[in-house]
Amino acid sequence: MSEQSAIRATTYREAVREAIREALLKDERVFLMGEDVGHYGGCYAVSKGLLAEFGPERIRDTPLSESAFVGAGIGAAMGGMRPIVEIMTVNFSLLALDQILNNAATILHMSGGQFNVPLVIRMATGAGRQLAAQHAHSLEGWFAHIPGLRIVTPATLEDARGMLWTALQEPDPVIIFENNTLYNLEGTLPENAGPIDIDSAKVRRSGSDLTIITYSASLFKSLEAAETLAREGIEAEVIDLRSLRPLDDATYLASIAKTHRALIVDEGWRSGGISAEISARIMEKAFYDLDLPVMRLCSAEVPIPYARHMEEAALPQVASIIAAAKRMVTHG
Amino acid sequence: MKMDNEKERMLRLLRKMLLIRRFEEKSAELYTATKIRGFLHLYIGEEAVAVGVMEVLTPEDAIVATYREHGQALARGMSPNAIMAEMYGKQEGCSRGRGGSMHLFDAATRFYGGNAIVGGGLPLSLGLAMADKMQGKSRVTCCFFGDGAVAEGVFHESMNLASLWKLPVLFVCENNLYAMGTAICYTQAVPELASKGAGYGVQSSSVDGMDVLAVGEAARIATDHVRQGNGPYFLECRTYRFRPHSMFDTELYRTREEVQEWKKRDPIDLLSKRLKDDGLFSDQEMASMERDVAGEVEAAVVFAEAGTWEPVEDLTRFVYSEKRVP
Repeated sequence: MSEQSAIRATTYREAVREAIREALLKDERVFLMGEDVGHYGGCYAVSKGLLAEFGPERIRDTPLSESAFVGAGIGAAMGGMRPIVEIMTVNFSLLALDQILNNAATILHMSGGQFNVPLVIRMATGAGRQLAAQHAHSLEGWFAHIPGLRIVTPATLEDARGMLWTALQEPDPVIIFENNTLYNLEGTLPENAGPIDIDSAKVRRSGSDLTIITYSASLFKSLEAAETLAREGIEAEVIDLRSLRPLDDATYLASIAKTHRALIVDEGWRSGGISAEISARIMEKAFYDLDLPVMRLCSAEVPIPYARHMEEAALPQVASIIAAAKRMVTHG
Repeated sequence: MKMDNEKERMLRLLRKMLLIRRFEEKSAELYTATKIRGFLHLYIGEEAVAVGVMEVLTPEDAIVATYREHGQALARGMSPNAIMAEMYGKQEGCSRGRGGSMHLFDAATRFYGGNAIVGGGLPLSLGLAMADKMQGKSRVTCCFFGDGAVAEGVFHESMNLASLWKLPVLFVCENNLYAMGTAICYTQAVPELASKGAGYGVQSSSVDGMDVLAVGEAARIATDHVRQGNGPYFLECRTYRFRPHSMFDTELYRTREEVQEWKKRDPIDLLSKRLKDDGLFSDQEMASMERDVAGEVEAAVVFAEAGTWEPVEDLTRFVYSEKRVP
């Protein structure tokens, strides 16, 4: 980033739109397709205005046929294009899971390395807007189980703006999970904001007393919790994973070597989730660095309920992060 | 002159069908000898479909096939050696031994796989066709699938999307009357599969899938329609599988008489009889063709036997690409 570049106010939504726009301008092989991405402007208004600018060949409204249009994205990627396929929300991606797992993640291997699939899928994920049990799950950890895919979870405006182009340069399929509570997130970006890596975790706040490992919308809850904790003399280091596959083990292990305490905050379910994977890796690689067992804050193991108070209770919250951190530091 | 060309063409079709037949008979033998493992689905009886359709495709066109795809792969001109080595699991195989019988791939002939999820290849064909169309290439993507796939939701999604976007896809339905071991009368409310296209505005027709010349003619009309930019075409080929679904099938679901009845319409016999009746082909020529094909099959076995095993250290290769693609 150039120091001279002007800084401007923007939102997560606009940052994603700018990223898509930049990709469409820079590479004529790129096109966007998905449900309501064109005339409606995107379910979350991400692609608003792009149809007028780029036309219906490159901003393609699809029928409600997740399997067909995700599969078509895979085929188009193999055929030399660079498709961005938008799936309206993570629960709908299950209608295309066959294509994602059995084709996108598998064809390179099955073909003995002959056919790669340079496809980018974007989808909204996450709870917090009272959308109930078929629109609000956090299944990104589930997708991270699949070899052959790369899973990224931009939380910041900078990542929302910069990860897409990098994902499009990958020869293999990348799924970008955009937490739907983040679209209205406000902030600033330099005018010349651009591509950013999709491999590494980042330390978003330094601290010496415990490591909070998180990603996506929980990052902001964790940072808020860390500020409160700091006022009480507890310095939390907050790690934003950014990528769930591959996991950047080195960053969180280095932090744990310093803090000796690890708290994982994950909006996915606990059983068999990404938090379980990270916990296992910490045990395998940093067992003797720990002062006490790894702790996890995950979603309650229920389908996400509609009622606000119940939904709030189902998710990790600032208060529960603070309480968990205090317990760990006091008893550690 | 025209007669000679026609004769040449028919002999070429016959030889291709014969190669598929003998290659698969050998494969079944090798399966019993445990040289080939996993699932092995034989195409025997259905050869006229792949051979008839493939004849009208150009090297620029793309093919998406099913898990019963030895016939398509051979008819497309993939090396019998590489296919046999693949079934042996050797690294000289067309998919380096990573795919096996159900996942034959070949970039050189634009053969985008054996897909073992019923209907799973249909959306891929849409995307390949989209890519060609968006890049201004006048190509056809030919997607093979069975009658079983017509019951899958993705078939209907794909027909709709292909028609809506006028994609250059030739849908070839190999209707062999059974989805694995369940007869079509138990799976389709409307078993006239070619009628499915109408609801999506997809031009459709049905053809006798045991007659390679009829298939060729129908496929020519279909690909012309697609190449002229009229959007997709749905071609139903009515055919029959002479062998069990796979090597594990005891065929409880059909009678021996039914199979015998269909064998009277063996696509290889139909064509060779026609050639002989027209005085274009002698028994000696047939014997010579058989010897020639047997030599090719034998060479494939020798090649596969001589093949090597990929080092186990390479296990995790090809999960991600090894170099960035420009």
